[in-house]
Amino acid sequence: MRAPAALRRSTNPGAWSKLAMENPVPVLFLALCLAGVLVAGMHPVFLINEMIGRMARNSFLVLSLIIPVQAGLGLNFGIVLGAMSAQAALAAVTHWQLPGLFGLSLTALLAVPIAVALGAFAGQVLNGARGREMIASMILGFFMNGVYQLVFLFMVGTVIPVQNPVMLLPQGFGLRNTFELTSFKYSLDNLLFVAPGGIAIPLATLAVVTGLCLAMRWLFNTKLGQDLRAVGSEEHVAAVAGLKTNRLRITAVIFSTVLAAWGQIIFLQNIGTVNTYNSHDQTGMFAIAALLVGGATVRRATVGQALLGTFLFHLLFIVSPFAGQRLLGSPQVGEYFRVFIAYGIICIALGLHSWRRR
Amino acid sequence: MNPRLLKPSPRTVPRLIIGAFVLGLLVLAAGKQLPVHLLISDSLVRTGMNGILVLAMVPSIQAGLGLNFGLPVGIICGLIGVLIAVEANVSGLAGLALSVAAAVPLALLAGSVYGRLLNRVKGQEMMVGTYLGFAVVSGMCVFWLIAPFTNPILIWVIGGTGLRYTTSLRHLFGGVLDNAWAFSLWGVKVPTGLLLTFLLACLLVHCHSRTRGGMAMHAAGQNPAFATASGVNTAKARIQGATLSTLLGAIGIIIYAQSFGFLQLYLAPLMMAFPAVAAVLIGGASTRQVTVGNVIIGTLLFQTLLTISLPVAQAVIGSDVTEVIRLIVANGTILYALTRLDGGGQ
Repeated sequence: MRAPAALRRSTNPGAWSKLAMENPVPVLFLALCLAGVLVAGMHPVFLINEMIGRMARNSFLVLSLIIPVQAGLGLNFGIVLGAMSAQAALAAVTHWQLPGLFGLSLTALLAVPIAVALGAFAGQVLNGARGREMIASMILGFFMNGVYQLVFLFMVGTVIPVQNPVMLLPQGFGLRNTFELTSFKYSLDNLLFVAPGGIAIPLATLAVVTGLCLAMRWLFNTKLGQDLRAVGSEEHVAAVAGLKTNRLRITAVIFSTVLAAWGQIIFLQNIGTVNTYNSHDQTGMFAIAALLVGGATVRRATVGQALLGTFLFHLLFIVSPFAGQRLLGSPQVGEYFRVFIAYGIICIALGLHSWRRR
Repeated sequence: MNPRLLKPSPRTVPRLIIGAFVLGLLVLAAGKQLPVHLLISDSLVRTGMNGILVLAMVPSIQAGLGLNFGLPVGIICGLIGVLIAVEANVSGLAGLALSVAAAVPLALLAGSVYGRLLNRVKGQEMMVGTYLGFAVVSGMCVFWLIAPFTNPILIWVIGGTGLRYTTSLRHLFGGVLDNAWAFSLWGVKVPTGLLLTFLLACLLVHCHSRTRGGMAMHAAGQNPAFATASGVNTAKARIQGATLSTLLGAIGIIIYAQSFGFLQLYLAPLMMAFPAVAAVLIGGASTRQVTVGNVIIGTLLFQTLLTISLPVAQAVIGSDVTEVIRLIVANGTILYALTRLDGGGQ
């Protein structure tokens, strides 16, 4: 912290520069987004529509990262496991052809036991990798991706007795690369849907996200929430005070995995198609990038940061291909640029954090 | 009998499991009348092809930086070296030499910057390295699209700018090392030049760890406080480790490209660090300890596994499970190393 503190003294201690100094990542990102919006020259209604849709679709996943951060586990790249549970449940319910909101609710219920089991496993693994939880959770995601492929590419239709020519590959086993959620598509989004002035607002989805924000706030005021925080801020002290730190850490991961599963269901009911082997690939990375853009760190994350981050990150996501087209005459440049931004922001935020902590 | 054989240390567990698995697959392949000699030939080529990328883990682990997940930083330098040689249309061994010569200064520069960055983020080197690697690869995608290369075999036919996803090196220097002094023994084709290059690189890295600089690096990695007390500049030693690792990454991808016969740009290098990391861990390394022997055994085992699992699985269960096996074995091994108590950590 030495350098920034010295800098702060030497510059004009105005409110804005102080804000920028304390939250370099969101301020930098806001500047980048504003420049992008100006260059891209998009229609405001289109932009607002896209933003509302993306906020409704992605916020839940980003919020699912908060609990492990507060419990001292860092950024849980293992939310991919939650996404996989969601897709397993979606595949089952699509196979049984259960329609609409009933099917969607059943999917959400069905995903819970899978996510709890995977979350408990992930928690055990991360307890064994203390101090290296983030890299371990990332590798765990890759590892479980292999297991997921083993199950859905080779065991469905052979070991797991399923016969469904619509969902299985022509060879008779293994799920197809994509399956449509025809009966689910928009089933939550359209539950309460208003469109004043051509701006589409999926009220029900936004209500679910708001509900989660409130529940999160409530959780951190309960005994369990306080215990989780205690483990996160000083594990030794928490252990001496009689808290079962290992169990609390596993609980945090289970919470995160279940929430991520629900988040992925909300995400996919909006997309409408499941890419069986790819839909979960980028889930962790994009959610984490969004959280960090909001100013969260490895040890501190709030609901506000998650929402702000989702907003800024997706604003840049929409704007950058258009900006790339305008600036360099190639939308491809913008597409690679936004991937670069996602990876770069994680790298910078992690780097800044460990730099300052020393 | 040596008690270590009865009770294997945790570090050798992956090696034993994978070794037994490979052996089982080979027996199965022979039983299914598959051409085992061709499988072994392919395994040898792939071992030599990937070897130096795996070797790049050695200086990084020795210097206490852990597994170098930032390997793509070096890989990008190597790719630029190959691009320069292709742009200049230099073929044969001269082209290969020009690639290396162009890549080395870039890698030294990039490696020392990378090392300085890692010194700032002690304790999170692997995580920051991973994402730095990802960021560099995706940032370079933008560069490939606008890079000022003009050789028609490199750039898109339509549009006239931007590098292609893959460029064939067949007419330039594809396979020059593989075919140098190559001979056949019992039907097994041995890529002598390629294997000798790999072994030479191993020897150089081994010799380096015996020099004064190498010992200082090792000391800094094993016990930074003790090393500092003995007058070793730990920060400098760590930068040296990162630089050497980046350099080996650059040379490694050049050897890889000449053996593969294609230059792959854009997102191709994104995940290349992971198989290299897995191979060295399978060979018996941990996040804090490594020998050149671990590299050789690990690369041989891992690449043989990947090569022979495809035809064997095809023959036995009738479908391709290689990708799944690769994901589970590679990441399972890395996960095992990260969760072990003696794996170290800050």
